[in-house]
Amino acid sequence: MSKFKKKKGGDLPAISTASLPDIVFMLLFFFMVATVMRDSTLMVVNKLPAADQVQKLDKKDRVMYIYAGKPSSRYQDKYGVSARIQLNDKFASVSEVGAFILAERASKRQELQNVLTTALKVDSDTKMGLIQDIKQELRKVSALKINYTTRVGDYTQNLN
Amino acid sequence: MAKRAAPEVNAGSMADIAFLLLIFFLVTTTIETDSGLNRKLPPMEDQVDPPIIREKNIFTVLVSKNDQLLVEEELADIADLRSLAIEFLDNGGGVGDEACSYCEGAKDEASSDNPDKAIISLKNDRETSYKVYIAVQNELVAAYNDLRNREYAKLFPNDGINFVEAQKTYDDPRTSGELREELRPKLDQVKARFPQKLSEAESTKSN
Repeated sequence: MSKFKKKKGGDLPAISTASLPDIVFMLLFFFMVATVMRDSTLMVVNKLPAADQVQKLDKKDRVMYIYAGKPSSRYQDKYGVSARIQLNDKFASVSEVGAFILAERASKRQELQNVLTTALKVDSDTKMGLIQDIKQELRKVSALKINYTTRVGDYTQNLN
Repeated sequence: MAKRAAPEVNAGSMADIAFLLLIFFLVTTTIETDSGLNRKLPPMEDQVDPPIIREKNIFTVLVSKNDQLLVEEELADIADLRSLAIEFLDNGGGVGDEACSYCEGAKDEASSDNPDKAIISLKNDRETSYKVYIAVQNELVAAYNDLRNREYAKLFPNDGINFVEAQKTYDDPRTSGELREELRPKLDQVKARFPQKLSEAESTKSN
Protein backbone atom coordinates (compact mmCIF):
# COMPACT_ATOMS: atom_id res chain seq x y z
CA MET A 1 0.00 0.00 0.00
CA SER A 2 1.45 3.22 -1.02
CA LYS A 3 1.73 6.04 1.36
CA PHE A 4 0.72 8.59 -1.24
CA LYS A 5 -2.82 7.60 -1.84
CA LYS A 6 -4.39 9.15 -4.85
CA LYS A 7 -6.93 11.70 -3.82
CA LYS A 8 -10.35 10.40 -4.38
CA GLY A 9 -12.72 12.27 -6.66
CA GLY A 10 -12.25 15.75 -8.11
CA ASP A 11 -14.49 17.55 -5.62
CA LEU A 12 -13.69 21.15 -4.98
CA PRO A 13 -13.53 22.02 -1.31
CA ALA A 14 -16.41 24.20 -0.08
CA ILE A 15 -15.66 27.90 -0.20
CA SER A 16 -15.19 29.24 3.26
CA THR A 17 -17.83 31.76 4.25
CA ALA A 18 -16.11 32.64 7.48
CA SER A 19 -15.32 36.15 6.26
CA LEU A 20 -18.87 36.87 5.14
CA PRO A 21 -19.88 38.44 8.46
CA ASP A 22 -16.85 40.71 8.29
CA ILE A 23 -17.79 41.92 4.85
CA VAL A 24 -21.36 42.54 5.84
CA PHE A 25 -20.30 44.34 8.99
CA MET A 26 -18.05 46.53 6.91
CA LEU A 27 -20.99 47.50 4.69
CA LEU A 28 -23.13 48.04 7.75
CA PHE A 29 -20.63 50.44 9.32
CA PHE A 30 -20.27 52.31 6.05
CA PHE A 31 -24.00 52.92 5.89
CA MET A 32 -24.22 53.82 9.54
CA VAL A 33 -21.54 56.48 9.11
CA ALA A 34 -22.51 57.87 5.72
CA THR A 35 -26.25 58.22 6.18
CA VAL A 36 -28.63 59.91 8.54
CA MET A 37 -31.99 58.83 9.87
CA ARG A 38 -34.95 59.88 7.79
CA ASP A 39 -36.95 62.38 9.78
CA SER A 40 -39.81 63.07 7.45
CA THR A 41 -41.23 61.00 4.66
CA LEU A 42 -40.92 62.78 1.39
CA MET A 43 -44.30 63.27 -0.22
CA VAL A 44 -43.12 65.32 -3.16
CA VAL A 45 -40.90 64.55 -6.10
CA ASN A 46 -37.54 65.94 -5.07
CA LYS A 47 -34.99 65.91 -7.83
CA LEU A 48 -32.70 68.76 -6.85
CA PRO A 49 -31.08 71.00 -9.46
CA ALA A 50 -27.30 70.98 -9.87
CA ALA A 51 -24.86 73.75 -9.02
CA ASP A 52 -21.12 73.83 -8.50
CA GLN A 53 -20.57 77.00 -6.46
CA VAL A 54 -22.07 75.39 -3.39
CA GLN A 55 -21.40 75.98 0.25
CA LYS A 56 -21.95 73.45 2.94
CA LEU A 57 -25.05 73.75 5.02
CA ASP A 58 -24.78 74.62 8.67
CA LYS A 59 -25.06 72.00 11.42
CA LYS A 60 -28.27 70.08 11.30
CA ASP A 61 -29.82 71.62 14.39
CA ARG A 62 -29.59 75.07 12.81
CA VAL A 63 -31.51 74.23 9.69
CA MET A 64 -35.21 74.23 8.92
CA TYR A 65 -36.30 72.32 5.85
CA ILE A 66 -39.02 73.30 3.43
CA TYR A 67 -39.76 70.87 0.63
CA ALA A 68 -41.62 71.71 -2.54
CA GLY A 69 -42.43 69.97 -5.78
CA LYS A 70 -45.07 67.88 -7.48
CA PRO A 71 -46.77 65.37 -5.18
CA SER A 72 -45.23 61.94 -5.69
CA SER A 73 -47.19 59.49 -7.79
CA ARG A 74 -49.10 57.81 -4.99
CA TYR A 75 -50.42 61.15 -3.72
CA GLN A 76 -51.35 62.49 -7.12
CA ASP A 77 -54.89 61.07 -7.07
CA LYS A 78 -55.63 63.02 -3.97
CA TYR A 79 -53.58 66.18 -4.34
CA GLY A 80 -53.24 66.65 -8.09
CA VAL A 81 -50.09 67.27 -10.05
CA SER A 82 -49.42 70.94 -9.43
CA ALA A 83 -46.45 71.75 -7.22
CA ARG A 84 -47.07 71.81 -3.47
CA ILE A 85 -45.17 72.71 -0.34
CA GLN A 86 -44.39 70.05 2.22
CA LEU A 87 -43.71 71.03 5.81
CA ASN A 88 -42.74 68.22 8.19
CA ASP A 89 -44.95 65.31 7.17
CA LYS A 90 -47.81 66.99 5.41
CA PHE A 91 -48.71 69.20 2.51
CA ALA A 92 -49.19 72.83 3.37
CA SER A 93 -50.34 76.00 1.72
CA VAL A 94 -48.16 79.07 1.32
CA SER A 95 -49.85 80.85 4.22
CA GLU A 96 -48.74 78.12 6.65
CA VAL A 97 -45.04 78.68 6.00
CA GLY A 98 -44.80 81.61 8.39
CA ALA A 99 -46.37 79.73 11.27
CA PHE A 100 -44.14 76.74 10.57
CA ILE A 101 -41.00 78.88 10.72
CA LEU A 102 -42.09 80.51 13.97
CA ALA A 103 -42.89 77.13 15.52
CA GLU A 104 -39.55 75.68 14.40
CA ARG A 105 -37.72 78.70 15.70
CA ALA A 106 -39.42 78.47 19.07
CA SER A 107 -38.42 74.81 19.37
CA LYS A 108 -34.71 75.58 19.00
CA ARG A 109 -32.37 76.63 21.76
CA GLN A 110 -32.25 80.33 22.58
CA GLU A 111 -28.74 80.92 21.27
CA LEU A 112 -29.50 79.25 17.95
CA GLN A 113 -32.65 81.20 17.21
CA ASN A 114 -30.81 84.00 15.43
CA VAL A 115 -28.56 81.85 13.29
CA LEU A 116 -31.15 79.57 11.74
CA THR A 117 -31.05 78.85 8.03
CA THR A 118 -34.00 77.80 5.94
CA ALA A 119 -33.09 75.14 3.43
CA LEU A 120 -35.32 75.12 0.38
CA LYS A 121 -35.36 71.65 -1.08
CA VAL A 122 -37.26 72.29 -4.24
CA ASP A 123 -37.72 70.00 -7.18
CA SER A 124 -35.99 71.28 -10.31
CA ASP A 125 -39.17 71.33 -12.41
CA THR A 126 -41.02 73.70 -10.12
CA LYS A 127 -41.99 77.15 -11.33
CA MET A 128 -40.47 80.16 -9.62
CA GLY A 129 -43.88 81.55 -8.65
CA LEU A 130 -44.22 79.11 -5.78
CA ILE A 131 -40.70 79.81 -4.57
CA GLN A 132 -41.34 83.52 -4.81
CA ASP A 133 -44.36 83.07 -2.55
CA ILE A 134 -42.31 81.08 -0.04
CA LYS A 135 -39.63 83.76 -0.08
CA GLN A 136 -42.22 86.45 0.63
CA GLU A 137 -43.53 84.45 3.59
CA LEU A 138 -40.00 83.99 4.90
CA ARG A 139 -39.38 87.71 4.67
CA LYS A 140 -42.54 88.39 6.66
CA VAL A 141 -41.22 86.35 9.59
CA SER A 142 -37.70 87.67 8.92
CA ALA A 143 -36.14 84.29 8.28
CA LEU A 144 -33.72 85.86 5.86
CA LYS A 145 -30.95 83.29 5.66
CA ILE A 146 -31.91 80.79 3.03
CA ASN A 147 -30.15 78.04 1.20
CA TYR A 148 -31.21 76.67 -2.14
CA THR A 149 -30.23 73.06 -1.62
CA THR A 150 -28.67 71.59 -4.73
CA ARG A 151 -26.80 68.59 -5.93
CA VAL A 152 -23.16 69.14 -6.72
CA GLY A 153 -22.77 69.14 -10.46
CA ASP A 154 -22.34 71.28 -13.52
CA TYR A 155 -25.04 73.88 -14.14
CA THR A 156 -25.54 72.70 -17.73
CA GLN A 157 -27.36 69.65 -16.35
CA ASN A 158 -30.21 72.01 -15.50
CA LEU A 159 -30.70 73.29 -18.99
CA ASN A 160 -32.30 70.37 -20.76
CA MET B 1 -8.74 14.59 35.19
CA ALA B 2 -8.53 15.71 31.61
CA LYS B 3 -9.39 19.32 31.03
CA ARG B 4 -12.37 19.61 28.78
CA ALA B 5 -12.11 22.32 26.12
CA ALA B 6 -15.02 24.74 26.01
CA PRO B 7 -17.09 24.05 22.92
CA GLU B 8 -16.72 26.65 20.24
CA VAL B 9 -19.67 28.97 19.76
CA ASN B 10 -21.25 28.55 16.39
CA ALA B 11 -20.76 31.75 14.45
CA GLY B 12 -22.67 30.63 11.41
CA SER B 13 -25.59 32.95 12.03
CA MET B 14 -23.41 36.00 12.48
CA ALA B 15 -23.76 36.88 8.81
CA ASP B 16 -27.53 36.67 9.04
CA ILE B 17 -27.60 39.00 12.01
CA ALA B 18 -25.31 41.47 10.28
CA PHE B 19 -27.42 41.36 7.12
CA LEU B 20 -30.51 42.07 9.16
CA LEU B 21 -28.92 45.13 10.71
CA LEU B 22 -27.58 46.26 7.35
CA ILE B 23 -31.00 46.06 5.74
CA PHE B 24 -32.56 47.91 8.64
CA PHE B 25 -30.12 50.79 8.19
CA LEU B 26 -30.55 50.80 4.44
CA VAL B 27 -34.28 51.22 4.81
CA THR B 28 -34.44 53.79 7.59
CA THR B 29 -31.68 56.17 6.55
CA THR B 30 -31.00 58.47 3.64
CA ILE B 31 -27.86 60.01 2.25
CA GLU B 32 -28.58 63.66 2.89
CA THR B 33 -27.62 66.41 0.47
CA ASP B 34 -26.39 69.18 2.68
CA SER B 35 -24.92 71.71 0.32
CA GLY B 36 -26.38 74.51 -1.71
CA LEU B 37 -26.32 78.16 -2.61
CA ASN B 38 -26.55 80.37 0.45
CA ARG B 39 -28.51 83.56 -0.08
CA LYS B 40 -29.79 86.32 2.07
CA LEU B 41 -33.25 87.77 1.53
CA PRO B 42 -33.83 91.51 1.82
CA PRO B 43 -35.69 92.54 4.98
CA MET B 44 -39.38 93.26 4.66
CA GLU B 45 -39.62 96.82 5.87
CA ASP B 46 -39.40 99.27 3.02
CA GLN B 47 -36.66 101.80 3.17
CA VAL B 48 -37.97 105.31 3.62
CA ASP B 49 -35.89 106.82 0.90
CA PRO B 50 -34.06 104.24 -1.16
CA PRO B 51 -30.55 105.28 -2.11
CA ILE B 52 -30.22 106.62 -5.61
CA ILE B 53 -28.31 104.16 -7.75
CA ARG B 54 -27.13 105.14 -11.14
CA GLU B 55 -28.34 103.06 -14.01
CA LYS B 56 -24.82 102.19 -15.11
CA ASN B 57 -24.08 100.58 -11.75
CA ILE B 58 -26.88 98.08 -12.12
CA PHE B 59 -26.44 94.89 -14.09
CA THR B 60 -29.88 93.55 -14.85
CA VAL B 61 -30.40 89.88 -15.44
CA LEU B 62 -33.89 88.76 -16.30
CA VAL B 63 -34.99 85.18 -16.73
CA SER B 64 -38.17 85.18 -18.78
CA LYS B 65 -41.08 82.81 -18.51
CA ASN B 66 -39.69 80.79 -21.40
CA ASP B 67 -36.40 80.43 -19.50
CA GLN B 68 -34.64 82.82 -21.83
CA LEU B 69 -31.98 85.06 -20.43
CA LEU B 70 -31.95 88.82 -20.88
CA VAL B 71 -28.74 90.46 -19.74
CA GLU B 72 -28.84 94.26 -19.83
CA GLU B 73 -31.90 94.07 -22.09
CA GLU B 74 -30.19 91.82 -24.60
CA LEU B 75 -30.68 88.13 -25.20
CA ALA B 76 -27.75 86.15 -23.90
CA ASP B 77 -26.67 82.59 -23.34
CA ILE B 78 -26.07 81.23 -19.84
CA ALA B 79 -22.62 80.11 -20.92
CA ASP B 80 -21.63 83.76 -21.42
CA LEU B 81 -23.22 85.04 -18.24
CA ARG B 82 -20.22 84.50 -16.01
CA SER B 83 -17.83 86.46 -18.23
CA LEU B 84 -20.38 89.25 -18.73
CA ALA B 85 -20.84 89.57 -14.98
CA ILE B 86 -17.09 89.58 -14.37
CA GLU B 87 -16.66 92.25 -17.03
CA PHE B 88 -19.26 94.39 -15.31
CA LEU B 89 -18.01 93.92 -11.73
CA ASP B 90 -14.37 94.30 -12.60
CA ASN B 91 -14.87 97.34 -14.81
CA GLY B 92 -13.79 100.04 -12.37
CA GLY B 93 -14.74 102.98 -14.55
CA GLY B 94 -14.92 105.47 -11.67
CA VAL B 95 -12.54 108.41 -11.32
CA GLY B 96 -11.24 110.25 -8.26
CA ASP B 97 -12.79 108.91 -5.06
CA GLU B 98 -14.63 106.24 -6.94
CA ALA B 99 -11.63 104.82 -8.71
CA CYS B 100 -10.85 101.17 -8.20
CA SER B 101 -7.15 100.44 -7.80
CA TYR B 102 -7.31 96.66 -8.07
CA CYS B 103 -9.80 96.30 -10.93
CA GLU B 104 -8.45 94.85 -14.13
CA GLY B 105 -11.43 95.60 -16.33
CA ALA B 106 -11.89 97.83 -19.33
CA LYS B 107 -12.54 101.03 -17.29
CA ASP B 108 -15.53 101.69 -19.51
CA GLU B 109 -17.39 104.82 -18.48
CA ALA B 110 -20.73 103.34 -19.40
CA SER B 111 -20.29 100.42 -17.02
CA SER B 112 -19.89 100.17 -13.24
CA ASP B 113 -17.81 102.66 -11.22
CA ASN B 114 -16.32 100.20 -8.76
CA PRO B 115 -17.19 96.79 -7.33
CA ASP B 116 -18.56 98.33 -4.18
CA LYS B 117 -21.20 100.19 -6.17
CA ALA B 118 -21.91 97.50 -8.73
CA ILE B 119 -25.17 95.72 -8.12
CA ILE B 120 -26.46 92.71 -9.93
CA SER B 121 -30.23 92.67 -10.09
CA LEU B 122 -31.72 89.28 -10.81
CA LYS B 123 -35.34 89.21 -11.84
CA ASN B 124 -37.50 86.33 -12.82
CA ASP B 125 -41.00 85.59 -13.95
CA ARG B 126 -43.48 83.48 -12.01
CA GLU B 127 -43.32 80.95 -14.82
CA THR B 128 -39.53 80.68 -14.83
CA SER B 129 -38.41 77.19 -13.99
CA TYR B 130 -36.43 76.70 -10.82
CA LYS B 131 -33.58 74.76 -12.40
CA VAL B 132 -32.76 77.54 -14.85
CA TYR B 133 -32.99 80.09 -12.06
CA ILE B 134 -30.49 78.06 -10.03
CA ALA B 135 -28.20 77.78 -13.04
CA VAL B 136 -28.25 81.58 -13.37
CA GLN B 137 -27.67 82.09 -9.64
CA ASN B 138 -24.82 79.62 -9.83
CA GLU B 139 -23.12 81.51 -12.64
CA LEU B 140 -23.49 84.84 -10.85
CA VAL B 141 -22.02 83.43 -7.64
CA ALA B 142 -19.27 81.90 -9.78
CA ALA B 143 -18.46 85.35 -11.17
CA TYR B 144 -17.99 86.70 -7.65
CA ASN B 145 -15.99 83.65 -6.62
CA ASP B 146 -13.69 83.94 -9.64
CA LEU B 147 -12.94 87.57 -8.84
CA ARG B 148 -12.46 86.87 -5.16
CA ASN B 149 -10.12 84.00 -5.98
CA ARG B 150 -8.08 86.38 -8.10
CA GLU B 151 -7.90 88.99 -5.34
CA TYR B 152 -7.04 86.37 -2.74
CA ALA B 153 -4.16 85.15 -4.89
CA LYS B 154 -2.99 88.73 -5.36
CA LEU B 155 -3.14 89.65 -1.67
CA PHE B 156 -1.92 86.41 -0.14
CA PRO B 157 0.16 84.68 -2.81
CA ASN B 158 1.95 82.50 -0.28
CA ASP B 159 -1.12 80.80 1.14
CA GLY B 160 -1.37 78.26 -1.63
CA ILE B 161 -5.15 78.15 -1.41
CA ASN B 162 -7.81 80.19 -3.13
CA PHE B 163 -10.72 82.13 -1.69
CA VAL B 164 -13.29 79.38 -2.06
CA GLU B 165 -11.08 76.85 -0.30
CA ALA B 166 -10.27 79.34 2.43
CA GLN B 167 -13.95 80.05 2.97
CA LYS B 168 -14.66 76.34 3.09
CA THR B 169 -11.97 75.82 5.71
CA TYR B 170 -13.37 78.72 7.69
CA ASP B 171 -16.91 77.33 7.58
CA ASP B 172 -15.84 73.82 8.52
CA PRO B 173 -16.74 73.26 12.18
CA ARG B 174 -13.65 71.08 12.60
CA THR B 175 -11.28 73.96 11.85
CA SER B 176 -9.36 75.09 14.91
CA GLY B 177 -9.98 78.47 16.50
CA GLU B 178 -6.54 79.87 15.71
CA LEU B 179 -6.75 79.04 12.03
CA ARG B 180 -10.16 80.62 11.91
CA GLU B 181 -8.87 83.80 13.56
CA GLU B 182 -6.09 83.87 11.02
CA LEU B 183 -8.41 83.41 8.06
CA ARG B 184 -11.16 85.82 9.06
CA PRO B 185 -9.36 89.13 8.38
CA LYS B 186 -8.09 87.79 5.06
CA LEU B 187 -11.55 86.71 3.98
CA ASP B 188 -13.05 89.99 5.10
CA GLN B 189 -10.46 91.92 3.16
CA VAL B 190 -11.19 90.01 -0.03
CA LYS B 191 -14.94 90.26 0.49
CA ALA B 192 -14.63 94.01 0.97
CA ARG B 193 -12.99 94.25 -2.42
CA PHE B 194 -15.81 92.42 -4.15
CA PRO B 195 -18.85 92.58 -1.91
CA GLN B 196 -21.62 90.29 -3.09
CA LYS B 197 -24.41 92.66 -4.05
CA LEU B 198 -26.84 90.37 -5.70
CA SER B 199 -30.42 91.49 -5.37
CA GLU B 200 -33.26 89.07 -5.92
CA ALA B 201 -36.12 91.34 -6.75
CA GLU B 202 -39.73 90.30 -6.48
CA SER B 203 -40.93 88.71 -9.64
CA THR B 204 -42.55 90.57 -12.45
CA LYS B 205 -46.16 89.84 -13.13
CA SER B 206 -46.80 87.19 -15.70
CA ASN B 207 -48.71 88.38 -18.71
